[in-house]
Amino acid sequence: MTQPIFAYITHKNGVADDSALELIVAAKKIDPSAPVTAIVCGDGAELDAVCTAMAAVYPEVWKVSSPALAYPNAEVVRGVLVNLLPAGAVTLAPHDTFGMDLSPGLSVKLNAAFVPDVVGIEGVDGVTLKAVRQEFGGQVSTHIHCDMASGVVLNIRSGVFQADDSKASGAVVDKSGQAGDCKAKRRFIEVVAAEVGDVDITKSDVLVSVGRGIEEQENISIAQELADAIGAVVSCSRPIVDAKWLEKARQVGTSGKTVKPKVYIALGISGSFQHMGGLKGNPFIVAINKNSKAPIFQVADIGVVLDLLEFVPELTEKIKEMK
Amino acid sequence: MEILVCVKRVPDTAENEIVVNGKGTDIERGDLVYSVNEWDNYAVEEAIQIRDRVGGSVTVVTVGDGDSEEILRREMAMGADKGILLSDDAFNGSDGRGIASILKSEIEKGKYDLILTGAQADDGAAQVGGMLAAMLDMPYASLVNKIETGSGNTIGIGREIEGGNQEMSEIDLPCVLSIQTGINEPRYVGIRGIRKVASVEIPVHGAGDLGIAAGSVGAAGAKVKRVDYFVPPAGEGAEILEGSSDEIAEKLIELLKSKGGIK
Amino acid sequence: METALISPANAWLFGFIPTMIFSVLIPVIGVACFTYIIARRAAPLVRARHDPRLNHIGERLMAMLKYAIGQYRQPRYMMAGVIHITLFAGFMILSLRSITLVILGMHSGFVLPGLGGVTGQIYSVLKDIAATFVLAACVVGMVRRGIFRPERYDVPKRYGKDHTSEAVFVLGLITTLVTCDMIFEGAQVAAQLQKGLHPEFLLPGMGSWLAASLLSGSSLVTLQRLHLAAFYLHDMVFFFFLCFLPMGKHFHVITSIPNVFFMKLRKGAIKPVEWGVDETKLDELKSFGVKKFEDFTWKHMLDFYSCADCGRCSDQCPANAVKRPLSPRFISIKCRDYAFKNYPIRGEMTPKDEPLIGAILSEDEIWSCTTCGACEAECPIFLEYIDKIVDLRRGMVDEGMVPQSLQKPLKAIEKRGNPWGKMEKKRSEWTKSLPETCNVKLFENGDEAETLYFVDSISSYDDRMQNIARATACILSAAGEDFGILGKDEKDSGNEVRRFGEEMLYQDIKAHNTEAILDTNVKKIVTADPHAFNTLKNEYTGLPPVEHISQTIVRNIRAGKIRLKPAEDDGKIYTYHDPCYLGRHNGVYEDPRQALDAIAGLHRVDMLKSRDRSFCCGGGGLMLFYEPEEEQRMGVLRVKMALKAGANVIVTACPFCLVNMEDAIKVSGLEGKMEAIDLSELIQRHLETA
Repeated sequence: MTQPIFAYITHKNGVADDSALELIVAAKKIDPSAPVTAIVCGDGAELDAVCTAMAAVYPEVWKVSSPALAYPNAEVVRGVLVNLLPAGAVTLAPHDTFGMDLSPGLSVKLNAAFVPDVVGIEGVDGVTLKAVRQEFGGQVSTHIHCDMASGVVLNIRSGVFQADDSKASGAVVDKSGQAGDCKAKRRFIEVVAAEVGDVDITKSDVLVSVGRGIEEQENISIAQELADAIGAVVSCSRPIVDAKWLEKARQVGTSGKTVKPKVYIALGISGSFQHMGGLKGNPFIVAINKNSKAPIFQVADIGVVLDLLEFVPELTEKIKEMK
Repeated sequence: MEILVCVKRVPDTAENEIVVNGKGTDIERGDLVYSVNEWDNYAVEEAIQIRDRVGGSVTVVTVGDGDSEEILRREMAMGADKGILLSDDAFNGSDGRGIASILKSEIEKGKYDLILTGAQADDGAAQVGGMLAAMLDMPYASLVNKIETGSGNTIGIGREIEGGNQEMSEIDLPCVLSIQTGINEPRYVGIRGIRKVASVEIPVHGAGDLGIAAGSVGAAGAKVKRVDYFVPPAGEGAEILEGSSDEIAEKLIELLKSKGGIK
Repeated sequence: METALISPANAWLFGFIPTMIFSVLIPVIGVACFTYIIARRAAPLVRARHDPRLNHIGERLMAMLKYAIGQYRQPRYMMAGVIHITLFAGFMILSLRSITLVILGMHSGFVLPGLGGVTGQIYSVLKDIAATFVLAACVVGMVRRGIFRPERYDVPKRYGKDHTSEAVFVLGLITTLVTCDMIFEGAQVAAQLQKGLHPEFLLPGMGSWLAASLLSGSSLVTLQRLHLAAFYLHDMVFFFFLCFLPMGKHFHVITSIPNVFFMKLRKGAIKPVEWGVDETKLDELKSFGVKKFEDFTWKHMLDFYSCADCGRCSDQCPANAVKRPLSPRFISIKCRDYAFKNYPIRGEMTPKDEPLIGAILSEDEIWSCTTCGACEAECPIFLEYIDKIVDLRRGMVDEGMVPQSLQKPLKAIEKRGNPWGKMEKKRSEWTKSLPETCNVKLFENGDEAETLYFVDSISSYDDRMQNIARATACILSAAGEDFGILGKDEKDSGNEVRRFGEEMLYQDIKAHNTEAILDTNVKKIVTADPHAFNTLKNEYTGLPPVEHISQTIVRNIRAGKIRLKPAEDDGKIYTYHDPCYLGRHNGVYEDPRQALDAIAGLHRVDMLKSRDRSFCCGGGGLMLFYEPEEEQRMGVLRVKMALKAGANVIVTACPFCLVNMEDAIKVSGLEGKMEAIDLSELIQRHLETA
């Protein structure tokens, strides 16, 4: 296979997203020998910082600098990429709120195939890329065969390809001149920050997180008591916030907060990828869920298949005794 | 404002376990019930609210077989003015791009200011809206959780982005937006509402009506093919603690201690 | 005949104006005004929806005698009840006296036909007593309303202004009326005594006697003036009072007797969407339920007029008790104020084409009702609330205004026949773990049986409540009943679907279930779910007789088919919680208690609030899916009541009650100290195996 591979790097405040290190791992699964080029769009010193960091991982980094790229507006970025990418390119992007905005349209503009939310890559056979996806909220998986003869855009689910120790001393190539006019019919105005709650779940090393399995608002006290006993903070998944049982600021997930605790105790959380997407830094995950088929057990380190409403108070009691 | 909403009929899988059939070619659908994709329902509600605010009409369109008519009626009972069913054997097996190009052909027959889709459907791909926009050369925004209509040729939108934050932008019309749940509170559609629109005629457009070459969509035109369905082998994940709940608690406490989970 | 004082019919004002003029003018003007006011008040009722209430005249008259004339429900609140009965009885007696007085102003010495001679003497004493008691009741009432102010009468800010002043004002008017009569008569007797004439008999100690005694020293001139002044003050206050009544909550003085006559006779069934429109023709209706005020039926409007603002409904309302945004009393008050505003006594009538929801009622308010019926069981004059709430919900459902949390279960019932959207084929899965001795036939497999056990959704699907289904099956089996279940052919009974306003969905599942049941050719239906029991019994038509399992148990115990082991001596004290749909809506209070008492040595106590004053667990069916704003849970309050009664086991006879009670025990931290169990489970445990 001779198709060049590109990884689109998202970044914030001069720091590349975790996905930057994962995309190169995914790229190697497609073709271990292909050189992978990182594309970084942005502006100013922050952009330079990210490019420098990426050059230590990727053999080549394309830098695109423009004031219009100071905020990652997918509509602008898509135009840039269409101008830069060669025919038949394999383009990787994270399957996050930016990648979902960027990639489907990009694939059309490049006349390339598109595989969203990739959770596994099983190699390439000729021009056929074999990938794995999930459907029905992760309940079943599917094997995908994709004709990549005229290129492909892949959106990679975050966290499924663990970052390795890829090292490079790549060159940063400034491609700003070929980027085009950086104009789009959608203009970014501002980011309205989510309401701040009284507790900052991102600052805690240990989280006791509750999901739908907690059943009733009153049962949240069960989680709170465990958290109090071990010195943790209570967080939750989206259904709990939708039910208004806890405030939005406690929600872990792609539509909530991104957290990096050392230990994550998931109580009655099924483990949708939208939830797990908010859990970074490879924490030690304990899942307590009476449904042994809950997807959370696939990603957890330790599982307890018991009714949390009975087990957790017992656990809390034991911890208190021990102290 | 002339609004088109693209909807999809999907199995309701919230309460029932999905089982893959013996050959792995599909999931067991015999015992599943179908309804409109939840995200699409929010999109239709948003379209109706916009129409009620600024005038115009709401058209719902879907690509599917005869059964899909049911969801068009449901959305019309909700308040959509018109439904269009895009149906043809040649459409079977289309990938996301195929669906987008079928929709594009229909859209080009009309004149729409705003095209909405749900952010994603049962396959979790979240792709048709973005592809459609690119094909139509319209601006696009995904995961939209706020729409502010103004008087000019632009509208204000909010997107739900990481951290629960909201990214506010201005977008030119016509445009394509994919709608995130929670943007509104969709109204209830009762049996009475559905019966009221039971006899409204829903036009069915096939490949010929839309001027689509047979090989360009459907399984033949698909670059991305689903080979099979499978359930990943269990047990590769967590170590499940066994024993009495008492023993489990003891083991768990030891583990938590060693990982710094108990302070 | 020489009279001690000149009567009003013969008196002159300033020596040249005959007071007769006033005697005639005051009643004429009074009656004219009153007629006009009533005509204006009738205006919205004329525009209201049809409501046939002229059937079962005999039954209605009996109910009127018992509840309106007999004031049967008044003593449920003893203090207020006694005061009211005094006032009411006084009013009844004094109304004759007042009519006599009015005519006396035109015709000296007038007596009502039949009230001459000895009867008249007796009546005279009677009305003396009545007037005195009314006076005393007024004073007590004013002190109670003005100084002690029972909490029940409070008007929270959001519901408008306090009604105490109106209440006290009216008590003042009544006081004036009776006092005037006392002075009128007292002056007469005092004058008779002074003139040495034979005085009319006055019962010593009563008001008129007291007045006569106090006035005995006054001059004849003073007595004459007082006599006339009291007469005309009475005359004016009387007609003012009459015209004042329809201005507010005292309209009930006029409307409550007819309101009781027109009461809803059949409990348990919700009113049809539109009276006179057949269920099969519902599709033809343009609109469903109550959206604007004129969508109410005339009887429901009469209810608003009749509300005496006594606050008993809200005092008993569990939703109000846990501070949900619902107070049945203010549904009536707000609607009455709205009617008065749009249909004023003077000026243009301005019926508004606006939805009530948003204008005076809120969505949460209307969804907060559990339809437990405590308000209706309490109202002394039979105001209806459930039908109005359901009609308002029908209106909201028709407009798509259904909370998101309720949309999913409704849709699931439409698609799968149960609110969780679980598969139909799993509806009979609970039978898989039955003991071998218990065999449940499945009609879906072509089995035949005498009796149908209608399980309903929650007992079929909920892990915990399936135990009720199993216990019920075991009891039926032990009693030797030949029974079966519908399995996948059973859909949710729809009791709650109907009460949540989704009438068309209800009609669909009712038709489906009716057909499925009739296909089995069973002779009898048994259910352990009071919600299913209610709708199958009261709202489905053409079905065989329906029995609740508690009735089946008692019947079989009496027949000797079921024998129960004595209770273990384990210190357990049981209390029975009456499920709303078994007790209040269907009057089944005794069977479950008898079933419990059939377990020898079982220690049972009743809670203070029991039988028709039972306190709702929090509601069943779709209520489980609705999350209202509330300060605490109804179930928690109920568990505390059980605790107070000294019980440590709550026995109920409804799966929804059990869900709520078990939750409430957990929430209250009473696990280990209190438990909840279904009657069928308890009976099953005590079944004596042959």
